[in-house]
Amino acid sequence: MANFKEIMSRPERLTGGHRMCAGCGGTIAARNVLKALKPEDKAVIANATGCLEVSTFMYPYTAWKDSYIHNAFENAGATLSGAETAYNVLKKKGKINSTYKFIAFGGDGGTYDIGFQSLSGAMERNHDLVYVCYDNGAYMNTGIQRSSATPHFADTTTTPVGSVSTGKPQNRKDLAEIIASHHVPYVGQTTFIGNFSDLHSKAEKAIYTKGATFLNIMAPCPRGWRYATEDIMHVCKMAVETCYWPLFEVIDGKWVLNYKPKTKLPVEEFLKPQGRFKHLFKKGNEDLIAQFQKEVDERWEQLLRFCEE
Amino acid sequence: MSSIDFINENVNWKNITPGGEIYEGGTADEFCTGDWRVDVPEFLAEKCKQCLLCTPVCPDAAIPVKDGKRLDFDFKHCKGCGICAKACPFGAIVMKKEEK
Repeated sequence: MANFKEIMSRPERLTGGHRMCAGCGGTIAARNVLKALKPEDKAVIANATGCLEVSTFMYPYTAWKDSYIHNAFENAGATLSGAETAYNVLKKKGKINSTYKFIAFGGDGGTYDIGFQSLSGAMERNHDLVYVCYDNGAYMNTGIQRSSATPHFADTTTTPVGSVSTGKPQNRKDLAEIIASHHVPYVGQTTFIGNFSDLHSKAEKAIYTKGATFLNIMAPCPRGWRYATEDIMHVCKMAVETCYWPLFEVIDGKWVLNYKPKTKLPVEEFLKPQGRFKHLFKKGNEDLIAQFQKEVDERWEQLLRFCEE
Repeated sequence: MSSIDFINENVNWKNITPGGEIYEGGTADEFCTGDWRVDVPEFLAEKCKQCLLCTPVCPDAAIPVKDGKRLDFDFKHCKGCGICAKACPFGAIVMKKEEK
């Protein structure tokens, strides 16, 4: 992989001037995934409906330097499968010479929920593409409704905290594990840490591994999570250090843990900066935090078993 | 001619592009989001060690990097989120109130 300075010196493929919120995590994810593309290669981007789709391409302003396909909520996987197949045919006929890489972006709503069947199909057919989920754990674009990626007890507009509710009653599903069960050549889970070497190297592997690959990137949303906008790197760090959001990859079916904290921090460190979990710190709600911790511990133990750590 | 030169609120429907397609990339670069700012970052070049840790964290690609070195902010696009100031280990970015 190119070193950090080289990667950051590459030309921008997602320009400024898009209308995502100040401090948006989704944009940080997309921008850094594209940094992993070799400058000489071109890309075709499909985007499931979401903040990223409606705010980065407001006709006639596009923030994308590469070819970009607007897409409905549910079919980014299918659209890109078709584009990739067409490319292969044209390349075979000698009508295209340049190298194109195929990348789909979707939020957790468009990936975990609504786009799930077309994603599953694209993975099973093993098209040569990457699907990148920027997971901010709710339908942020339409006003913070819960999704199947929303963590337990989070306050959202469809699971509002009040006298009869303590936030989302269910747990979140593990999409990276589900996609790994499709037996695709590469699955990676990452977020924003330090100089982004984890994200850049996983994006490069995902883009340049032949076949269907999947990246799950935790991308905090300051509006929906209600933390101070400038604290995004701290929130990500705490997600990793508490083992709420472990960094791992699955290469040809082999699970690899990329980071194991020396001291696993209590999950409160991750929950505390976020307004959506404020109610958990009220007197009498200690058992809810204990429950959250238990869930994190169980999943972490399971991951360690998968990775044979 | 770029599509942003003639596609605006006053364009006649006959003159918009078929299918709402546009035929070039990166046109958003011409759009100013700098006026969203409440706080503004100040780059203290003398404190900067060129570690570039501020560059991947910017959602707006508003920290230009040339030949491995960061330059001053792109204030046309910077929305003043302050993530870069927190990411800087050397205190070379300070946030101030924007003066309008």
